[in-house]
Amino acid sequence: MQACYAIAPGHRMQWEETRQGWVILYPEGMVALNDSAAETLRCCDGRTPLHAVVADLQSRYADSELENDVCALIAAALQDGWLRRR
Amino acid sequence: MLAELTYSCPLQCPYCSNPLQLGKRTQELSTDDWLRVLGEARALGAAQLGLSGGEPLLRRDLEVIVAEARRLGYYTNLLTSGMGMDEARIAALRDAGLDHIQISFQADAAELNNRLAGSDSFRHKQRVARLVKAYDYPMVLNVVMHRHNLDRTREILDMAAALEADYLELANTQYYGWALLNRDYLLPTREQLEDAEALVQDYRRRLGERMKIYFVVPDYFENRPKPCMDGWGRVFLGIAPDGSALPCHAAASLPGLELPNVREHGIDWIWHESPAFNRFRGEDWMQAPCADCEERAGCFGGCHCQAWLLSGDACAADPVCSRSPAHEVVVQAVQRAAASRVEPHPLMRNTRNSAQLQNRTGDLQKETG
Ligand code: SF4
Ligand code: SF4
Repeated sequence: MQACYAIAPGHRMQWEETRQGWVILYPEGMVALNDSAAETLRCCDGRTPLHAVVADLQSRYADSELENDVCALIAAALQDGWLRRR
Repeated sequence: MLAELTYSCPLQCPYCSNPLQLGKRTQELSTDDWLRVLGEARALGAAQLGLSGGEPLLRRDLEVIVAEARRLGYYTNLLTSGMGMDEARIAALRDAGLDHIQISFQADAAELNNRLAGSDSFRHKQRVARLVKAYDYPMVLNVVMHRHNLDRTREILDMAAALEADYLELANTQYYGWALLNRDYLLPTREQLEDAEALVQDYRRRLGERMKIYFVVPDYFENRPKPCMDGWGRVFLGIAPDGSALPCHAAASLPGLELPNVREHGIDWIWHESPAFNRFRGEDWMQAPCADCEERAGCFGGCHCQAWLLSGDACAADPVCSRSPAHEVVVQAVQRAAASRVEPHPLMRNTRNSAQLQNRTGDLQKETG
């Protein structure tokens, strides 16, 4: 939970006007993010430790499952290579 | 979207998939044309931009095009032979916001590389590969594989590992354009392919995440075609140097397909309305055996250009498919390659040969089919 994460080099997260949603772009591909995933990944700026990201999200959304969801998302994003540990 | 910025190229690879008619530089789109096209395609939702050619670095406005693409929100990928790249250029491209670079090699060693490329380029490519890393880009090496370098697969893998490549793409030749003309020179044997694939497996196991290796088996050696461009008019839009809009890389070779030009039409019309992009959209064009084949949603009948080039009918099933009545053509080409010992000489891809081909009467179809 002390670790900081950031979008991996060669990847870019951006808002897509035509889709009205956030996506991550990488060579020859793109993933569309749902709102909560986008919200979480936008907090991964490479400087904020994960516990602070969770606290920040919890202060905005009262959700008891939030921490588990965030950890699952981070694990999946690391696995797929869009996220890098700093 | 794939922007083929120019067909000029300092190299002369005999496997080049560019059309045989390379066209003149004076017919190329201007900078303003490209910037407008980028804006129009982005508005339709295009997010990926491949910048290729020929050799895209020969366009002196490349940095301007990249900067605009980045401003519009494209993910930009430069596909280059490395010729024309130096430190000043890579710095300028990075400042312009280029996202990704892919460098092509012909082989692992100077002699073979330079023979295949028809130019002394190997050492320069190695320097460029290092520059790419120095500028914090992931290093993506691409090697087109065929009869004359498949037996060097081990050495190619070693070279890529020594250069600390992050990705290595071993792409087997696709037989269009110059490659189709040189098919007898390029087609490998099945054993060569199997040996290469086994090596790739072995290196994947040993290198793991350090270097990702892609190996694309040529469709001539399979019984089902590749789903061409994931379906005609579904995801791919190519723009040729002269502004022709291409529903597929090789579309220029299809007879009777009038390619719309971005000088005359907007991308919106080209994509949605033009006859060319609607030609093979959906399934209405299909005939037997595709029309009632249970696999048609997966392969879309394969490649129409290949169907035309090999069977003379663009609406036929791709002859790579074992259900195609013309499948024999593919089988025979593979058998001929396995049996031949004398190596025919390739026709190098350059403007002189391009002009000669156009002057020569007679049908290329007959020579290559
Ligand atoms: S395949 Fe070779 S000749 Fe063709 S554009 Fe690429 S580098 Fe140039
Ligand atoms: S018959 Fe046509 S649709 Fe069926 S697998 Fe072959 S090419 Fe694809």
